[in-house]
Amino acid sequence: MSRRTAALLVAVLLLAVMLGLALGSVALAPDVVVAALLGRGDPTALAIVNGLRVPRVALGVFVGAGLAASGTALQATLRNPLAEPYLLGVSGGAAMGAVLVVVGGLTSPVFLPLAAFVGAAVAVALVLLVARAAGGRSDPRVLLMAGVVVGAFCTAAIMVLLATAPEGAVRGALWWMMGSLGDARAAAVTSVAAYVLVGMTLLLWWGRDLDVLSLGEEAAAALGLDVDRATRRIYLTASLLAAATVAGAGLIGFVGLVVPAIARALGVRGTRATVVAAALLGGALVVVADVVARTVASPAELPLGAVTALVGVPFFLWRLRATAAR
Amino acid sequence: MIRLDGLVLRHPGAQEAAVQGVSLAAAAGRITAIVGPNGSGKSTIVRALLGRLAPEAGGVSIDGTPLAAIDRRRFATQVAVVPQREEPVFPLEVRDFIALGRYPHASPFAGPTAADRDAVARAVARAQVEPFLDRRTDTLSGGEWQRVRIARALAQGARALVLDEPTTFLDIAHEMAVFELLDALAREGQAVLLVSHQLNLVARFADHIVLLHHGRVAAAGTPAEVMRGEVLERVYEWPLVVSRDPAVGAPVLVPLRGRGTR
Repeated sequence: MSRRTAALLVAVLLLAVMLGLALGSVALAPDVVVAALLGRGDPTALAIVNGLRVPRVALGVFVGAGLAASGTALQATLRNPLAEPYLLGVSGGAAMGAVLVVVGGLTSPVFLPLAAFVGAAVAVALVLLVARAAGGRSDPRVLLMAGVVVGAFCTAAIMVLLATAPEGAVRGALWWMMGSLGDARAAAVTSVAAYVLVGMTLLLWWGRDLDVLSLGEEAAAALGLDVDRATRRIYLTASLLAAATVAGAGLIGFVGLVVPAIARALGVRGTRATVVAAALLGGALVVVADVVARTVASPAELPLGAVTALVGVPFFLWRLRATAAR
Repeated sequence: MIRLDGLVLRHPGAQEAAVQGVSLAAAAGRITAIVGPNGSGKSTIVRALLGRLAPEAGGVSIDGTPLAAIDRRRFATQVAVVPQREEPVFPLEVRDFIALGRYPHASPFAGPTAADRDAVARAVARAQVEPFLDRRTDTLSGGEWQRVRIARALAQGARALVLDEPTTFLDIAHEMAVFELLDALAREGQAVLLVSHQLNLVARFADHIVLLHHGRVAAAGTPAEVMRGEVLERVYEWPLVVSRDPAVGAPVLVPLRGRGTR
């Protein structure tokens, strides 16, 4: 990644963070935001910025980074530019795992992502099995179909679980299905941040393996990579990243699809650079999408996952056409 | 030296073994070619070399060490394989693509060492790919792409080179260029093991040919020993004659029948 691209991406993220802190049901001027961040200004502004928006924007940054990094890793491993945690059913599996333990009465912010992780890992394994049974692990469309089917099953199971759960015991179905940064308590933010940072560190550590893996199974084996072990590691790490975001903010689709594609269109090459670039851009995208969700129909709040889907679906169709034409 | 001893390979779930007791040796300084009809087991042998298919019986050894006892990374520093097909989904710059040939030598975070840079530079010069270094892999023509892939394999710094159908889809000039490059590499002491459909060019360039038929060795030896009409006719199940290549006098296969002779 060139220095100019890196500077551009950091600037985009900072701008998104500023927007996220300034805009909402009450719009604040940039100087008021900065003053509040430094602990000065009137108490209302202080409460809004530091009490509500800082944790919310922080959660958005880490959720976006996690989704984008997860998508980058899945795309390189599966050699499929359409792969991303939501479309592959990974996020759905994570949500099911999380809902299961919440209904069971466990809601610790440390434990929740782990349950989501188990759900995500099971979903990945299932999707790969289904795709292999259909004989099309290498066909991007068969893989996506398997992912969509597994995802649909998971959402159905979540709806059943939530419909039968005691009222008030769980956050609403909409929260899990459509994603929201509304539950940005400090403990949740810290937990998501920790998991996302661990996952990203692992991806950066294995960056060269991912570069080699993206050349294809045979070429990777020819270069001395233990393909099966590397693939397992990357799937688990991508699942962990997706699971952390789901535990913190529910299902948010298409970020993992759109963001790596934008990073590559900006000329970013190689897995390590793409993971970093995608994390910066992903954070920015989710924070901005959340600003849109909060302001467009204010005081009502749109579901965040709906906003990302409205952008993501047309993009997906466009990329699908390009993939099918190859 | 790459050595196969009574190698038996079976694809998972397959009734019949794809390779049924093949022995051969690819020695340094020679081009050894594996030829045979479609489905005769050529590419299956390459898959076994890549560790993607475990032998059912017999084995593969590299310089006397059994393949199973060699770590995959270490193997990649001893034997460089150019698989049949490869299409990077996410295009890379050619220089970065070739540098991936140093993967088996590198630690996860260390940047390229002087040895890495040196090996890449030599590979680039040897495969004559300097003009493409700044291009993206998805902008290369078929011939350029094959040369770039060979360059990456050369950057591995191995003493043995295995190529699976390196000249499929190439026109005559690019095909000859690849064969001449392999010939030069063998003269410099590399062991070259080549899987090819191009019988006539193999007969011209190879030192040793192994002809496979239904997973077994139907004939092996020098081009003159293997390129015999009756053997090839039986293996390829097509009437043919073997003549002399007017350029260098190597045996050349001419399939019979054609327009108006059916």
